[in-house]
Amino acid sequence: MNAPPKAIAGASTFVDDRIGAGNFLKRNLRKIFPDHWSFLLGEIALYSFVILLLTGTFLTFWFKPGMAEVTYTGNYAPLYGVKMSEAYASALNISFDVRGGLLMRQIHHWAALLFVGGMTVHMLRIFFTGAYRKPRELNWIIGILLLSLALLEGLTGYSLPDDLLSGAGLRITQGVAQSIPIVGTYVSFFLFGGEYPGHDVISRFYSIHILLIPGILLALVSAHMILMWVQKHTQMPGKNRTDKNVVGAPFYPAFMIKSGAFFLFTFGVIALLGTFAQINPIWLFGPYTPADISAGSQPDWYMGFLEGALRLMPSWEINFLDHTVTFSVLIPALVPLGLVMTGLALYPFLEQWVTGDRREHHIADRPRNNPHRTAIGISGMTFYGILWLLGANDELSANFHLDLYSTTWFGRFAIFIGPAIAYWITYRMCIGLQRKDAEVLSHGVESGVIKRMPNGQYIEVHTPPAEDIAEHIRGKQEIPMLESAEDGEGIPPKGARSALGRLRLKMSQAYGTDRVPLTDGHHEEGHEEEHAGVGAGDRKELH
Amino acid sequence: MTEQNEYPESGRVRARVIGTPPADAPIVDTDPIHAPEGVPGVIPQDPVKARKAERLVALLFLVTFLAGAGFIASYVIFQVGTIDKTAASNFALGGTLALALLALAAGLTVWVRQIMPKYNLVQERHDMRSDDGTREYVKETFVQGADESGFVKHRLLRRTLLLAAAPLGLAPLVLLKDLGPLPGTALRHTVWGEPTKDGKPRRLVVEGSGQPIRAADFNSPGGILSVVPEGYEEDLNALAKATLILLKFRPEELKSGTNLNWTHDGIVAYSKICTHVGCPAALYEQTTHHILCPCHQSTFDAADGARVVFGPAARPLPQLPIGIDEEGYLVAKSDFKVPVGPSFWERGDAEAEARENAS
Repeated sequence: MNAPPKAIAGASTFVDDRIGAGNFLKRNLRKIFPDHWSFLLGEIALYSFVILLLTGTFLTFWFKPGMAEVTYTGNYAPLYGVKMSEAYASALNISFDVRGGLLMRQIHHWAALLFVGGMTVHMLRIFFTGAYRKPRELNWIIGILLLSLALLEGLTGYSLPDDLLSGAGLRITQGVAQSIPIVGTYVSFFLFGGEYPGHDVISRFYSIHILLIPGILLALVSAHMILMWVQKHTQMPGKNRTDKNVVGAPFYPAFMIKSGAFFLFTFGVIALLGTFAQINPIWLFGPYTPADISAGSQPDWYMGFLEGALRLMPSWEINFLDHTVTFSVLIPALVPLGLVMTGLALYPFLEQWVTGDRREHHIADRPRNNPHRTAIGISGMTFYGILWLLGANDELSANFHLDLYSTTWFGRFAIFIGPAIAYWITYRMCIGLQRKDAEVLSHGVESGVIKRMPNGQYIEVHTPPAEDIAEHIRGKQEIPMLESAEDGEGIPPKGARSALGRLRLKMSQAYGTDRVPLTDGHHEEGHEEEHAGVGAGDRKELH
Repeated sequence: MTEQNEYPESGRVRARVIGTPPADAPIVDTDPIHAPEGVPGVIPQDPVKARKAERLVALLFLVTFLAGAGFIASYVIFQVGTIDKTAASNFALGGTLALALLALAAGLTVWVRQIMPKYNLVQERHDMRSDDGTREYVKETFVQGADESGFVKHRLLRRTLLLAAAPLGLAPLVLLKDLGPLPGTALRHTVWGEPTKDGKPRRLVVEGSGQPIRAADFNSPGGILSVVPEGYEEDLNALAKATLILLKFRPEELKSGTNLNWTHDGIVAYSKICTHVGCPAALYEQTTHHILCPCHQSTFDAADGARVVFGPAARPLPQLPIGIDEEGYLVAKSDFKVPVGPSFWERGDAEAEARENAS
């Protein structure tokens, strides 16, 4: 093709004449996007969000967010003539009276699970590769906000169908709200328009679920994308990749089509799940009543860790001066979520404080190359994972014939011991992997070729590692440390004189010390003899 | 002769050792076979392979077309209604939709990977920070603008503007007041304390059927019955506080925690609303007399005043004083003596208070 077709050229000229879009396109059409499988995790979340908006809009056409009592006269025979809320009746109608309604409901629910799941693993990828470092701290915090809002969005959406299961979730939400000191009772009365369950909460959650939070999410997602675009994506270490460049494929045409394909893959997989994996069959649960519950009630997966925290907690409650503080609800509701979210939000700044590193970073760390960070991350995952697992301790107990209370006791101890063990194991694994890397660089890799030496000795020939792999390993960057040297008169540097300063210095040294420095991978002359390594000249011969 | 070529006849290929390049193909983008032509970093595909890939892509796009048409056809053919019909419609619509999306996705992927060139382009990054000149200019402009505006110099203007903003900022919060009534003492009472219209004590009726319960007929030691207040069988607000579980014990089974004055002939009524976060404590284990809340596994000893045996709940399930009316039906003798359900800030030690009042 020598020139753009007339239709495109004409439209482009029209737009450019008016808003000068050409300048933007000139800079951005061939914007480079680096490639790595882990960079697709965030896209799963993004595309799930798009699917949620599409299917959610479809559902609003039929859903009636009312708590007024109606008698069900729809197609689903087992509930015919049963009194229920308008919300539940319309959710049944979507499932049984609207063609494709059940499919859209199930796709919506699966997409929600995948949305939070995608965000979570994306966030873990960012954490473990240090991609939150300067200049990306703001985008990291936007990400934390997105995750928090997504949890709230899930909670409000889960409550809308007003079936027995969703009502149990709502009841727990109310019980937690009511336990907040000083304002709890008021919070609960204002949220529910009076006593629980009242007649307002579904319509209020509806406007929060379809308008307020999605609006904020959309704004934050846009900001997230714009910042990513402006700051350019991080890249994995490798050949010719530096903190000063980006190596990869251009937005137009390759990345554009690839992303489109990945959106369709995400949509296709969620459609498969929505078709073949039944989720939240509300017609089986019946309408909500605060007097009943089904055993084995489980929340959506992302609420599991809060559920587990509530189950683990011993029954602590204090009364003083005619007032009650119920730690058995407050601590599990606030502490794990607070620890995880606040810890994540502060981590980039704490790390900067400890390392004193104020440089920009665009090369992602391999997790092994920052053992303490990786160990902290796995520790946090273990903490979360134990809570999450214990959120299903009744199911575990029933399916594996374990004593129910023993699972709780296990959790009460594991929540403290587990993360510590995980920290130590992870740290050792990182050091071990670093040693392996160092060995690959200095000794090469086993070639599988056994050579007999003139003196009768057998040795295995090592070949230098492939260039891309060697470069990937050599991309390891040292972690800066605070200046600790005492001056000539034995006086420590200014920052290290207070107790906090000394602690900071100690942490900095622990965090930054490189236990396995890489020796240069190029084989030296003497080295070659010793390990019977094959030099650069020999390698060509192998091909 | 190298080690690798020692078995050409047998066609044996040495397994690739991790970290080494494969024997037959390069693994980096800078593919030496298709040496870069024209633009560096853009490595064109082999035209023969690309033509083969094109046929595959076309096939996949055709599958998408057929599946998409199938989706529209399914919408017309399959009606919803019964469980079976809805399931069939769901499978047809979902299956065709998923197939259409996945085939299109696969087609696009083959297009990118086997027809478009491989890219290894490099773009320079620039520091995010603006250069010093720009920063200086912005700083000066800011100061100049602030001076010109007079905001700094005119103190009265500045202070009255802040004053003016304060009530406007509070207004949206004030507007939210009517979201709900103030709690008052609502959480301390249930409908059990209200007499019926004709002034008689309120009867206990079975949840679901609404049948009143004749004390003489309720004879199921080891059984548990879910009970609601007569006249409020469908009032969810009332049920959220007033729902009961009714149990019958042999006299020797009851322990000191249970208030015997509030029982009738071994029949005990406890609030069904868990004192942890309010789920209905609906599970009962006959041999141990344990009531278990399925939400967070708070466990209460029904024979001993529903005291907590395990789990996060901090207080026993409140016991309702019950008796019988002249016809022999179970009634509430009064409201609960302590607030039911989850704890709240204003609750205080209601149990201690209740004990004091009783003595």
